[in-house]
Amino acid sequence: MRAPLILLPLPVLLSGCGGSQSALDAQGYSGALLRDLIVLIVVVCLVVWIGVMIMLAWSLTRRRDGQAGDSRGSEQRLGVWVSGAVAATVLIIGGLTILSFQTTRSLDRAGDPDLTIRVRAQQWWWQFVYEDADAGSFQTANEIHIPVGKEVRVRLESTDVIHSFWVPSLGGKQDLVPGRENLLTLRAERPGVYRGQCAEFCGLQHSHMAFFVIAEEEESYRQWAATQRQPGAQTGEAEASAGKAVFMARRCAACHTIRGTGATGTTGPDLTHVGSRRTIAAGLMDNTRGSLAAWIADPQTLKPGNNMPLVPLTGDELRQLSAYMESLK
Amino acid sequence: MSPAVSGKGPVRIFEVCCVAALLAVAVAIGLLRVPRQYRTDPPVSAALDAIRLMPSGIGGAPPEVYFALNQPYENTAYDMSQGKRLYSWFSCASCHGEGEGGAGPSFLDGWWLYGPSIVSIVASIRDGRPHGMPPFRDRMTIDEIWQLSGYVKSIGAYSAKTTAPGRNDDRQNRPAENRSPAALLFNEGPSPVHPEQGPSP
Ligand code: HEC
Ligand code: HEC
Ligand SMILES: [Cu+2]
Repeated sequence: MRAPLILLPLPVLLSGCGGSQSALDAQGYSGALLRDLIVLIVVVCLVVWIGVMIMLAWSLTRRRDGQAGDSRGSEQRLGVWVSGAVAATVLIIGGLTILSFQTTRSLDRAGDPDLTIRVRAQQWWWQFVYEDADAGSFQTANEIHIPVGKEVRVRLESTDVIHSFWVPSLGGKQDLVPGRENLLTLRAERPGVYRGQCAEFCGLQHSHMAFFVIAEEEESYRQWAATQRQPGAQTGEAEASAGKAVFMARRCAACHTIRGTGATGTTGPDLTHVGSRRTIAAGLMDNTRGSLAAWIADPQTLKPGNNMPLVPLTGDELRQLSAYMESLK
Repeated sequence: MSPAVSGKGPVRIFEVCCVAALLAVAVAIGLLRVPRQYRTDPPVSAALDAIRLMPSGIGGAPPEVYFALNQPYENTAYDMSQGKRLYSWFSCASCHGEGEGGAGPSFLDGWWLYGPSIVSIVASIRDGRPHGMPPFRDRMTIDEIWQLSGYVKSIGAYSAKTTAPGRNDDRQNRPAENRSPAALLFNEGPSPVHPEQGPSP
């Protein structure tokens, strides 16, 4: 009757091991290597720990009879046990060191990547530039799509302070350091949505600096990329086109780019296809017309300290702007 | 216990009391922190908009509410830091540089075309000025304009302030705001920049 009660909290405790952001639920090539490594290390250490505990319990329950260390025989046995334990320690630690070295080396495959994405981290959002000389480059923010089973090379840069790129389900983390470029290779083995998070404290809104990696089949990836390459959609909807005029007249266009329009600002995220993203403001809110309106109306209350100012707008202008943002699929 | 150790009893208590008192002071100072408000109440904003300007557009009186709030925009580090961010967000630097001027006048030379009072600065930013200063009335809220004015005033201050906005992450090409750059850089020169305003500010 006792055991089931003890096991009761287990589902609660273990529920954190799955989901879209978990190093234990690895769905990528390097993620799986790292998970195997950590599982191996934990198992080996567990075995050693149990062995030590058994020895300890055994020695505590024995009573000392006669003068210890008196006979040559027990002296010799002690010597054998101690040198055995030292040898085992050296072997285990040496083995784990070599394994861990080999694993981390094999994560960094230099080969020819199928796709290169330049990542520019900034306080507090992610800029992603798909570099493709033939088909044309394009930009997204806080969301990338990658083809399943392909080697994706990410070039990591930062424009302000040190950030860290981490998609636990796909692989290890790597810092983005201002003034230098770090490389990381991602390969998703299964389609899915994986959450990534900045893993180096970078200021006030560090916790709201997430992004999503959407791994999909080659075909739907190609479709997505083709849509992204297109300039911002023209809509027939009257409200949205009024919103476009507001966007150009206000400061929005000085900070945001919408390709195919006069908006060419670069300090904020590229909004050419903002309507197609799952979330806005680096994972802060789901992307709906309501949350877009809330964000535009008062970004500083929703994400205090972020780098988008409150621009005064009338109710009508706000409605039109959010309709326009939503129409940019 | 040996007598040497037990003799330390009262000293220990005294030390503990000192540490506790220090902690209490630290907590009290922490509670004195200015509460941070991300959005000003609409009536307060409306009142802040009602500056009384001289007919010339130079100088005037701030609204009563500004004094009731204890002149936050000139005296709190948060508002000044916010002003500094607004200065870059709204690219004031494209015309005024980091204060050294360019297409627009310098804030560092110790001279103000429209006077050094905060009301003049608010009016310059809100309503624009005839020789090329665009109005920012409907691009910023009035609270933002006040924050920005407090910051601009600190760049051009003649005496050092005790409050300062956050430091620059990038390279600084002039003395920091709380070192009163205008006083350091003020140079009367062979011919004053603005002879009509007299020999010194
Ligand atoms: C001073 C520059 C600036 C101005 C002006 C500005 N923005 Fe932004 N905007 C930003 C920054 C920076 C972010 C990213 C904030 C973050 O996530 O931390 C952003 C984020 C956004 C987002 C969310 C994008 C995403 O994918 O997460 C939308 C939508 C947006 N802005 C719309 C607007 C609109 C509409 C206006 C005009 C009323 C505007 N912005 C004015 C800088 C600006
Ligand atoms: C297009 C260029 C331009 C931009 C952008 C600009 N200014 Fe100006 N500013 C000017 C010019 C030109 C003047 C002088 C106007 C005059 O003499 O009538 C001026 C005057 C001023 C004055 C009055 C200075 C004095 O000596 O009394 C202040 C204050 C000021 N600007 C602040 C700002 C702030 C803050 C911003 C950013 C929100 C800004 N300006 C953006 C061009 C600009
Ligand atoms: Cu961070």
